[in-house]
Amino acid sequence: MTPKAAIRAEGERLMAGFVAAGAVPVEADILQPAGTLLDLYGEDIRARAYVTDDPVRGEMMLRPDFTVPVVQAHMAHGAEPARYAYLGEVFRKQARGSGRASEYLQVGYEVFDRTSPEAADAEVFALFRDLLSGLDLRPVTGDIGILMAAVRGLETTERRKAALLRHVWRPVRFKALLDRFAGRAPVPAGRLALLERLKAGSPAQLIEEAGSFVGLRGPEEIAARAEALVADAGTPPIKATEAALLYDLLSLEAPAAHALSHLRGIAPMLPAIAPAVDRFAARLEALAAKGVDVSTLAFEASHGRTALEYYDGFVFSFLKDGMPPVASGGRYDALTAVLGAGAFIPAVGGVIRPGLVARLKGAVA
Amino acid sequence: MIRVGVPSKGRLMQDCFDWFGSRGVVMRRAGSDREYSGVIEGVAGAVPVLLSAGEIPRELAAGRIHLGVTGSDLVREQLGEDEVAEVARLGFGQADLVIAVPNVWIDVETVDDLDAAAAAFRKAHGHRLRIATKYHRLVRDFLQAQGVADYQLVDSQGATEGTVLNGTAEAIADITSSGETLRANHLRILSDGLIHQSEAVLWASRVAEWSAEDRLVYAGLAAKLGVAGAPF
Repeated sequence: MTPKAAIRAEGERLMAGFVAAGAVPVEADILQPAGTLLDLYGEDIRARAYVTDDPVRGEMMLRPDFTVPVVQAHMAHGAEPARYAYLGEVFRKQARGSGRASEYLQVGYEVFDRTSPEAADAEVFALFRDLLSGLDLRPVTGDIGILMAAVRGLETTERRKAALLRHVWRPVRFKALLDRFAGRAPVPAGRLALLERLKAGSPAQLIEEAGSFVGLRGPEEIAARAEALVADAGTPPIKATEAALLYDLLSLEAPAAHALSHLRGIAPMLPAIAPAVDRFAARLEALAAKGVDVSTLAFEASHGRTALEYYDGFVFSFLKDGMPPVASGGRYDALTAVLGAGAFIPAVGGVIRPGLVARLKGAVA
Repeated sequence: MIRVGVPSKGRLMQDCFDWFGSRGVVMRRAGSDREYSGVIEGVAGAVPVLLSAGEIPRELAAGRIHLGVTGSDLVREQLGEDEVAEVARLGFGQADLVIAVPNVWIDVETVDDLDAAAAAFRKAHGHRLRIATKYHRLVRDFLQAQGVADYQLVDSQGATEGTVLNGTAEAIADITSSGETLRANHLRILSDGLIHQSEAVLWASRVAEWSAEDRLVYAGLAAKLGVAGAPF
């Protein structure tokens, strides 16, 4: 068999596994409208995806993943609950010299089910574990929902919480904001000068003095943010004890069962995370019922934060040193609301790269 | 034969000829000053190729020229480290690639402010805050490294400073030397919005074929110019 045929055969084996688990096979167009993807992922996706122009359909992208078209199709005319499987190429630009494939097969499984999210999480994880057994992969799990709950529970302004939540998937900016809100980093010099100027007059007057008005961003938008900046400068820092808990949470890495007792320990001091911790506990029970040893399963609270921005709960990867993730997935409830035009359904799923599986099995070089 | 790409007109061409000339490598255009061919005096085995500065990166990447003089902004935007090597910074053609916003944005002074403004803008207007530029890669890498969200780049190949006034962008990222055009268009540079400090650079192509003879010619040329040895 040629390498491509061997990889496809592996993909079909995995696909058959998903179908046997109850999934309906679905297809998705290779050419996807760029607008939806750009709206979801921002400019970052433009650096990762192949963008092309169609004289009639406008800007299009070579399918960078299946999740978006599968969710769209489900939201448009899917029945509930639903399980879908797909197999096909995805296209990603890779950094020069990385040696990574820019076109490769992906086989995936997505579950849309309202009844028990934790059971669905465990179902997906256990299915992936079974299909990848014997490959000596290292599973890693995480839960972005706990982090988001911790931020929502902070004793600070809604504006600061929103700023942190918006950057959960950009750890560098998240940390810079948290450092500043917690008083651990000084206010940047530029910001201090700005605050001085803003105190010198009303926003309307300052805008007037700044000269000709240009641009779509209106005076009332500018004034609103100027006022918010001044108000924020008078906001006390996040309490040191609370901030310490959040820093601790960001760096929490432990076997899942141990992570749970750790989280139970800090929940009284950060009560807002209690429901998320309960969900984490329920998930571990569901995983244990599927035969997963949660006393050794790796848990990292920040896992999945640098993935493309949509996971907002359980996340997992199956890793092998020296390779991109062999499989990865997670829960993306918020994405269904964004793509569902008002409708919403809890969703969890993941993808496997048959090319890497075939390589691990020695079927291809 | 080493082919040396040099800018074919204007100030950049003159500065380039002066830089080589002051090191004993006299370049000039052959025939009339409308003819795009040139000669190098004093170095056998090297020939100048007069090109638009904007095309020099592409020619270096294709290996059709061995050496080339053009702005670091263009090369960093278009090429990777494996395609060209920096031979010498020439000390002219300086300009900064910066992010600028309307001066009336009294609430925006830093990239951090721009990020926050972008979030509110997207909510209010239903689309991402548009930044007009022709330096897509440099600008995207800069903003991505800083974790800025809710913006989009819109392509502008010229008169970029006018895009805000014309309503096709909210902010811009462009090359400026004095900042006068920005000010004339009611724009202001973010205090930490410097993306790249550009200047004219002599580049060597890693893609071009360097024969044994070419290498000898290069060694002689490099000695005269006082620049680093074999970059290939």
